[in-house]
Amino acid sequence: MTDTAQRRFLRAALPVLALLLGVTAITALVALLGNDEMALTVTEALVRLIVVVGLSVFIGNSGVVSFGHIGFMCIAAYAAAWATCNPMWKQLMLTGLPVFLQQAQYPFWVAVAGGAVLAAAVALVFGAVILRLSGIAASIATFAFLAIVNNVYSNWDSVTAGVSSIIGIPTVVGPWTGLAFALGAIVLAFWFKGSRFGLMLRATRDDPVAARASGVSIVRVRLAAFVLSAFIVGIGGALFVQFLGVATVDMFYLQLTFITLAMLIIGGMGSVTGAIVGVFAVTVFVEFFRFLESGVAVGESVLALPEGSQEIALGIGMALILIFRPKGLTGSRELRLPGLGSSRRAMAPPLTTTEATARS
Amino acid sequence: MINFAQTFIDALSLGSLYALAALGIGLLFGILRLINFAYGDLITLGAYALIIPSTEAVATLFIGGWPWFMVIIAVAVIVVAAALLSDLLVFRHIRRADPATLMIASFAVSFVIQNVILMFYGSRPKSVDLWSNLNYQIAVSGLRIPLLQIVTILATLVLMGGLTLLLKRTALGIQMRAAAEDFRMARYLGVRGNLVIGLAFAISGVLAAVASLLLLSQTGTLSQTMGVPLMLFAFIATVVGGMGSLIGAATGGFAVAFASVFLQAYLPDDLRPFRDSFVFGIVILMLLFRPAGLVPTKALVERV
Repeated sequence: MTDTAQRRFLRAALPVLALLLGVTAITALVALLGNDEMALTVTEALVRLIVVVGLSVFIGNSGVVSFGHIGFMCIAAYAAAWATCNPMWKQLMLTGLPVFLQQAQYPFWVAVAGGAVLAAAVALVFGAVILRLSGIAASIATFAFLAIVNNVYSNWDSVTAGVSSIIGIPTVVGPWTGLAFALGAIVLAFWFKGSRFGLMLRATRDDPVAARASGVSIVRVRLAAFVLSAFIVGIGGALFVQFLGVATVDMFYLQLTFITLAMLIIGGMGSVTGAIVGVFAVTVFVEFFRFLESGVAVGESVLALPEGSQEIALGIGMALILIFRPKGLTGSRELRLPGLGSSRRAMAPPLTTTEATARS
Repeated sequence: MINFAQTFIDALSLGSLYALAALGIGLLFGILRLINFAYGDLITLGAYALIIPSTEAVATLFIGGWPWFMVIIAVAVIVVAAALLSDLLVFRHIRRADPATLMIASFAVSFVIQNVILMFYGSRPKSVDLWSNLNYQIAVSGLRIPLLQIVTILATLVLMGGLTLLLKRTALGIQMRAAAEDFRMARYLGVRGNLVIGLAFAISGVLAAVASLLLLSQTGTLSQTMGVPLMLFAFIATVVGGMGSLIGAATGGFAVAFASVFLQAYLPDDLRPFRDSFVFGIVILMLLFRPAGLVPTKALVERV
């Protein structure tokens, strides 16, 4: 590696490393110093981090807002539930399951891989159909997808137990498992963003006509991101049920869609850093209001906010972000470390004035 | 034949309800490119406005006990106020945002309204007896038609007629149609943007109020998410009918209702629970093969 190539690699890798370290440090701090309840909170936040990073792989790079990714989460979550829940219960309640799922109980990693691959496969088929649509039409189609998944999983009684829950899933996911997968998701997201496909996809977002003229197939690059992001979101779904121990269809509908999109938008839709910051900010915000809802002793009396105030505050917070900082808290930029110079300068030497004029 | 006629009337009445809600959504999309998710919650709000705010399990009628025309006026005033407020506080500040961002903003508004209702009325569903004598069934040559279905169809006809008159015959209505056709051009020609948009929010509020009363007298139950399914079907109705076209929205409402009622009646038993999936599947097919909808407008340059 030449000297400049090495420095270039460092410039790209160091901020990612800093983010990974940051996430690790926060998790370790809470998991080691906090109580059990805080460990649960941080695990849930890490699972959501995986989902939101997965969302940002597609939404951030393509500029197309998807309302359907929680559908992929649902698909993967149920696959993981089928794989891991107690066979006796499965044979009793889920009579429509294929024999290989009904008779056996599979280990954790099989469930995660199976769920994520199933979600990615569905994304491949569905994405191939709808990703030719532009902008808002594609968003509406993803929304219709979410509604279809919800309807099918609510009513396919012999396989999903309908609107009642699948229970008895081993709860094996704790903060450290969540952390490992979250770090993996972040690395994957940065890798995709820097890859050829990531660059081509952002080109289609910024100027579809020019991108197409340069030989980029919009459907193909969008599809690649769609499948990868469904895969990551699927991992999140498979971990989520093995964290909670139960799976219910209604966990994966409008409410979760709203919260994950809120996290992505509050942090900044266009960057992986934004996804991370968004999850962190919303979690802290929601926990703070949950704490206020449970009551704070002020002298003699206990002041408590009424039920529902954390959701109201989140909705208002999100509206304020959309109005005043539409690019999110991070401005949709990636983390930049001081002293390394901007990443743009690392890519190409600064233009002289004449060059700049000539190009513009 | 009796069976078919019965199904037809069911579809007509459901279609009226969908068409009402779809008009409210289509009106805002036409002018603002806003897909208003909070619309379902405006419907919920209209229904909750009938009872005294309390977290008790039993609902006590407040506005709901008044004479029927007073009920309609009072609920309409409340829902219109909420719709205008949502514009004033949120949507007015993000006029230039792209449609997806607007849709997300309306998600936020919807989330807030739902939880405000939860805060004041509690989370348990409540049963409310509104105009229960409308459930009286009229027997016509073997058909049994609930009075409510006739009222729903008539109310929709009256409102659609009124809306058509407003849009075709009054100066404001013509300005609104111009704005829906080409908002920027309309403003250059002296149409006052915020006035037209405010009026659109107000009309959509009136439609939501009537839809909420019809919905509540049909189901008899209040819950925080009661308006959401209606909003979803109305929303897909606008997509099927042609986004931005009002005739399209109404046509779409009837089309979606006919599709779902007839699927319900004629699908094989095994597939019947998945009826909504078929309806949503139709939406995806429409987007792919007839993106302009059943009734295309010239207004949409972007393929929607």
